[in-house]
Amino acid sequence: MIPDLDLALIWVVLLAIAVLAYVLLDGFDLGVGMLFPFLGGEAERTTAMNSVAPVWDGNETWLVLGGGGLFAAFPLAYAVIIPAVYAPVIAMLLGLILRGVAFEFRGGTDRRRALWDRSFFLGSLVATVCQGIILGALVQGIPMEDRAYAGGWWDWLTPFSLVTGLALAAGYCLLGATWLVLKTEGALQQRVRGMAGWFGLATLAGIGVFSLWTPFLQAGYMEKWFGWPALLYTAPVPLLVLAAGSLLFVSLRRGSDLKPFLYAQALFLLAFIGLWISFYPYIVPSSVTIWDAAGPDVSLGFLLVGAAVLLPLVLAYTAGVYWVFRGKVRPGEGYYH
Amino acid sequence: MEWFTALNVARIQFAFTVSFHIVFPAFTIGLASYLAVLEGLWLATGRNVYQRLFRFWVRIFAVAFGMGVVSGVVMSYQFGTNWSRFSDLTGPVLGPLLGYEVLSAFFLEAGFLGVMLFGMNRVGKGLHFFATLMVAVGTLMSAFWILSANSWMQTPVGYTVNSVGQFIPEDWWTVIFNPSFPYRFVHMVLAAYLATAFIVGGVAAYHLLRNNAQRDPRVMFSMAMWMATLVAPLQIVAGDLHGLNTAEHQPMKVAAMEAHFETRRGQPLILLGLPDSDTGTVRYALEIPKAGSILLGHAADAEIAGLDQLDRADWPHVPTMFWSFRIMVGLGLVMAGIGLSSLVQRLRGRLYDTPGLLGTALVFAPSGLVALLCGWTVTEVGRQPWTVYGSLRTAGSASPIELPAIAGSFAAFVVVYTAVFGVGVYYLLRLMRQDPAAGAVDEAIEEDRERTSMLRRLTAWVREEP
Repeated sequence: MIPDLDLALIWVVLLAIAVLAYVLLDGFDLGVGMLFPFLGGEAERTTAMNSVAPVWDGNETWLVLGGGGLFAAFPLAYAVIIPAVYAPVIAMLLGLILRGVAFEFRGGTDRRRALWDRSFFLGSLVATVCQGIILGALVQGIPMEDRAYAGGWWDWLTPFSLVTGLALAAGYCLLGATWLVLKTEGALQQRVRGMAGWFGLATLAGIGVFSLWTPFLQAGYMEKWFGWPALLYTAPVPLLVLAAGSLLFVSLRRGSDLKPFLYAQALFLLAFIGLWISFYPYIVPSSVTIWDAAGPDVSLGFLLVGAAVLLPLVLAYTAGVYWVFRGKVRPGEGYYH
Repeated sequence: MEWFTALNVARIQFAFTVSFHIVFPAFTIGLASYLAVLEGLWLATGRNVYQRLFRFWVRIFAVAFGMGVVSGVVMSYQFGTNWSRFSDLTGPVLGPLLGYEVLSAFFLEAGFLGVMLFGMNRVGKGLHFFATLMVAVGTLMSAFWILSANSWMQTPVGYTVNSVGQFIPEDWWTVIFNPSFPYRFVHMVLAAYLATAFIVGGVAAYHLLRNNAQRDPRVMFSMAMWMATLVAPLQIVAGDLHGLNTAEHQPMKVAAMEAHFETRRGQPLILLGLPDSDTGTVRYALEIPKAGSILLGHAADAEIAGLDQLDRADWPHVPTMFWSFRIMVGLGLVMAGIGLSSLVQRLRGRLYDTPGLLGTALVFAPSGLVALLCGWTVTEVGRQPWTVYGSLRTAGSASPIELPAIAGSFAAFVVVYTAVFGVGVYYLLRLMRQDPAAGAVDEAIEEDRERTSMLRRLTAWVREEP
């Protein structure tokens, strides 16, 4: 092991990549779930579901890596954060169950199809809003005493965290709509293209409210974003958000299939960079830094060796799977039952 | 209701979610390997019966795998929701093991599952087979890492403790290959294979009982019964070695399993009875004198430790241990018996024509899964009152969550799991009841029929029937 390596910093970057990969990938398939009530009939819902059926499972695995990675590399952060957001974590897990099984159960019985469509929608919505609430609760700050969560059981529930939950829902709907623009044709594609515009507006509004509200939550955030000369480094982020947003609308109007999805992903990437700026150097804002929470080098180093070999492999075959299922959803290609 | 505490509800909740979960991975570990074998046989022999069986079981696999995934995501967060102190203290040891599980197993399974289920028309046969193999390898890798982590909690080695009480690994090789791991790993993988074989055999028996001339269920039944014949005795040997390993490293667990309350020479083997922890006796005991000493100590007068070496407060729940162990062993013997009698009928050429065997195989279809749950109950209840055996108490592992919150979430889990997995199991049974050859009336089936009728003609000729 090279002794001078800052393993904690490397791991927080890897973990950030895992969470980003989760948001970019599972974001669109949760979004597809939330769009279900707005699609036109059973055939369109079936096509929409088939577009994500081969990949949702892999997408959700990034969430397990996020949780597992936090447990492995920053056990103290894992031990403090999860009790602090106990209720939304449980609700998110139950939501993910209700939507995950819908993939399999939906095709099972014709008369129950409507029930599992609702389960798919509701599960996706609950999981998404809870993820947003968890993010909001983190940004608000989580108090710790004696290596344990030291706040109340409803601290996570604030106007700010609710706004974050709704903003994330709008964002995932945007990802889902642009994904369907990419994967479908005809009337369905036209329908989701129109929706993508509205959800794009809602997402930009959500990012705007979130960004303007955040600095007022803690003095540290204000200093980081609006202090001088920090402003020189932080100003490009909101400007790029506006640029990506404009390009999103232009590409939707021009009828491009792929570009709206990429610009939607770019919006998430930029929002994520913004979060990184707000968080650093904390992993639990205002109470635990990256280095306080990090496990011993012997643990971080051991897992890093594996990650260095396995993560590129994972990315390679994940890309391979997306390549295999590239192009428009073919009719009849999905659950053959 | 003095047992109704946040700690106990956290324990019950974890036991509930993990027990629901393990059924599905156990089934999919076995089924993934079975599917790889079926597809391999199809590619090697070109016989379409293997392809039809692959299609039949892959749909069942998809449902079981889906339920395993969603209940598994819950598990990866239950460490934090229920056992945050445990997470903080053991994270440096267990975190990387679970990290390796995610990176080497979960992504592999999830990534290639899509190709396995939906990719047949998009990739060639060879690549599709490769995807099936990767899914099977992924399930086994997952078993490797999670059992290593669990075994370390049972027989912790290779660590020091730092100033805040965290377990810090010293030697990863020692941690991963801790003393009970190889035994537990072999025992669990064999259990998964055996449980799957009995489900496959039970489904085949169901179809054969309706019509024993069907080709596809015959192939299934034959394959399943070969597994029962070969693996069930192997499992008994593996289980015995695992038990001896437990006796060496966790003697008090074995004492509770066997309801040995007293430390003594010439310990009996209690076959059946009602253990009573309050009096330290087994009522209505049916026992073989000295057999306990012979089994565990290899001598009739070997001294075998009893629970009297522990504080009463530190005993695991003896009746649970005693009975779970006996149900597991009993079912193991039944499975070995079915394997043996199937071999006898096979040699007599009556494998598919013995209603008694088919009926027994159908009734005992879930026996492997039940035995597996009982086995895990023995090993987990027997670790109490510790999470890390001898080093970290369960009471010192819990999250600072209050009773109403944890009871509320438990109620939500019970409602959702019962509904969702109830429907799932119903749906699995519906799939299993379908005719494996349904909708596949192609030339292959015609060819199979041809072959059967030729066989019939041949046997008729041999028997000199008109």
